[in-house]
Amino acid sequence: MPLAYRKTLIRQIGQHAHSEIVGMLPEGNWITRAPTLRRKAALLAKVQDEGGHGLYLYSAAETLGISRKEMTEELISGRAKYSSIFNYPTQTWADIGTIGWLVDGAAIMNQVPLCRCSYGPYARAMIRVCKEESFHQRQGYEIMITLAEGSAEQKDMAQDALNRWWWPSLMMFGPPDGESMHSDQSALWKIKRFSNDELRQKFIDATVPQALRLGLTLPDDALTWNEVECRYDYGEIDWNEFWAVVKGHGPLNKDRVAARKKAWDEGAWVREAAIVHARKRAERVATPMAAE
Amino acid sequence: MINTQEIQLWEVFIRPRNGLAHRHCGSLHAADAEMALQAARDVYTRRGEGLSVWVIPSAQIVASDPQDRDQMFDPADDKIYRHPSFYDIPDDVGHM
Ligand SMILES: [Fe+2]
Ligand SMILES: [Fe+2]
Repeated sequence: MPLAYRKTLIRQIGQHAHSEIVGMLPEGNWITRAPTLRRKAALLAKVQDEGGHGLYLYSAAETLGISRKEMTEELISGRAKYSSIFNYPTQTWADIGTIGWLVDGAAIMNQVPLCRCSYGPYARAMIRVCKEESFHQRQGYEIMITLAEGSAEQKDMAQDALNRWWWPSLMMFGPPDGESMHSDQSALWKIKRFSNDELRQKFIDATVPQALRLGLTLPDDALTWNEVECRYDYGEIDWNEFWAVVKGHGPLNKDRVAARKKAWDEGAWVREAAIVHARKRAERVATPMAAE
Repeated sequence: MINTQEIQLWEVFIRPRNGLAHRHCGSLHAADAEMALQAARDVYTRRGEGLSVWVIPSAQIVASDPQDRDQMFDPADDKIYRHPSFYDIPDDVGHM
């Protein structure tokens, strides 16, 4: 395997794994405050799925010769990147609906083509992930329907969440074609099958009608249906905001990394205890046999 | 301080239904077999994917080297007489 291909995959799969794990934080924030038991069970299951996605992806990266511990250390030291979207706060319950609908929706757009990427362990992890994601998006959209069809306050809450999450969701596809550092090589290696702008356009074309169905408006005055091209034209994305968040200046970058570091540090004794316990049990089984 | 790097890797195999074989579905880290089985259940069978789980320490798997692929598998290529279509049976004998 060429070294550069291996390095690219380790970087990409590692970032993807970190995104799943850090992505549990903004939603985990609402589990105890979910409005009904039904919503709470769904959100709990979704967040648990994201933990599983992180695990599938870390395992895929490990096949390339990096350890779980190294990847975790890269994340908690702030060296590793993860999807910028998770550096935004979840302020209201409507944010949970919007995240499921748009953020998981954007993740699905990105992940479906990866099911056929050139590296088998990554592709197989993506197949499992994609199977599970569809429930995430549907439970999010269901929350949005309930809010949009509810009281005036609920509808306002849904609109406010959409206003705040729309642009960051579009940024999830990465910088525009031509400015993306790794895209060309990844396309040649068949890791990336569609460009950032192609995926972004697909996402917009799929989600704008869903927003309209909710009776909500999109926070983009330039958004218009282009009859000739059969697609939506959209306004300028604020790439300065994107780069600021990538470079660590988003609303919650520090909190997210700090939360992961806390979990890792406070879990150290559990990992140690598990190993000591396993060793003791192995010895207990081994001793009588040795005596015979 | 214990080196937690040694939390070992396990391969997970799930049998979806009676009559089918266990199939590899992924891997995970666990300190011992019991933990591995528990974690495999939590991670890989959340939606009724299986009726039975196997976990095997990854280090215990002996695999062929991809570099040896030719010498391992080429010899099978020229033994076409191992396939049913190699043998001529007249049409009027019917399906065999
Ligand atoms: Fe996920
Ligand atoms: Fe998800």
